[in-house]
Amino acid sequence: MSTITQEHEKITKEKLSDQERQYILLTQNGLPIIQEPYHAIAEQMNLSVEQVLSLTKSMQERGIIRRIAAVPNHYKLGYQFNGMTVWDIDDEQAEKFGDAVGRLPFVSHCYLRPRFLPEWNYNLFAMVHGKTEESITKYRGQIKELLKEVLVSRNHDSSQDIITKSNDMLTSTAILKKTGLRLKK
Amino acid sequence: MDNSSSPLKTESLSKSRKCQTVELSALEKQLINLLQHGLPVCERPFAQIAEEISSTEQAVIECLTKLRSEKVLTRFGPMFDAASLGGAFTLAALAVPEADFDFVTEQVNSFEQIAHNYRRDHDFNMWFVIATESAEEIEKVVQAIETKTGLKVLNVPKLKEFYVNLYLPV
Repeated sequence: MSTITQEHEKITKEKLSDQERQYILLTQNGLPIIQEPYHAIAEQMNLSVEQVLSLTKSMQERGIIRRIAAVPNHYKLGYQFNGMTVWDIDDEQAEKFGDAVGRLPFVSHCYLRPRFLPEWNYNLFAMVHGKTEESITKYRGQIKELLKEVLVSRNHDSSQDIITKSNDMLTSTAILKKTGLRLKK
Repeated sequence: MDNSSSPLKTESLSKSRKCQTVELSALEKQLINLLQHGLPVCERPFAQIAEEISSTEQAVIECLTKLRSEKVLTRFGPMFDAASLGGAFTLAALAVPEADFDFVTEQVNSFEQIAHNYRRDHDFNMWFVIATESAEEIEKVVQAIETKTGLKVLNVPKLKEFYVNLYLPV
């Protein structure tokens, strides 16, 4: 599975044209908030506005642009609690159920990741956001309900006193570092 | 890839929780709710939005400019697929002994390839994103962190990313 994903990313990467790189450099810090934002980009790229609009749509269709939208600061809107929920689910069903978890409106990131047994048995990660501690606990419960049939129950190794849970929620208690990811010129 | 903005000082979330929430006008709320779902791709997107919410293009532009300058919106515009930009990424974690936590934070944050780092309440209590130019460099950074801290890095790169529909209504 990882090979396929990485291969796919490599292909996407190779397909980035000079024009697309230029488009990303011009817009990665944001779309100009003016009457005709795509005209402004077109002017800088020496293209027509029609060309810029079709380039935008093409990059959207190929997944290079995930979406064109406003991203609010969660904290400023009152969504001050987040939890990284982690799940040990059946590998065979992981794609199908991961997709369903990603569609929940309170989930901001949803990934399959490798396990590292015995220290780390969780393969599905879903970040949830809420205005109260109770709300994120409730969201964790909703995900648990959705995943109940595919949660893995592992034998507890009582000799080593290791308790293996099928899920957990890690809440953040401090931001230690935060930087933006940008394409270099 | 370049981690361009400056790192924040360690920020206690419980402290920031109390003072960050902002009061929003009706128009601000409408725009935040609507535009989380997406902005139309057309010559005059703000005019089209104004029409949808019975406002004016000028009012929409002024309101969004204010929301962005006050950082109520952290991003506005196209969100690019990070992997398409040519970098390599992974999520990694350390189980740091409590007494060493501040020291290890400094050690880990000193790597310019560390993009985000969060303290979390678990045995694995430090979670960070490593962002590099290439997959090989990820491995080098992981090894360098292990050497520097003497701790084993839990390295969990994504195998599959699912589409999300996050919506934070106000």
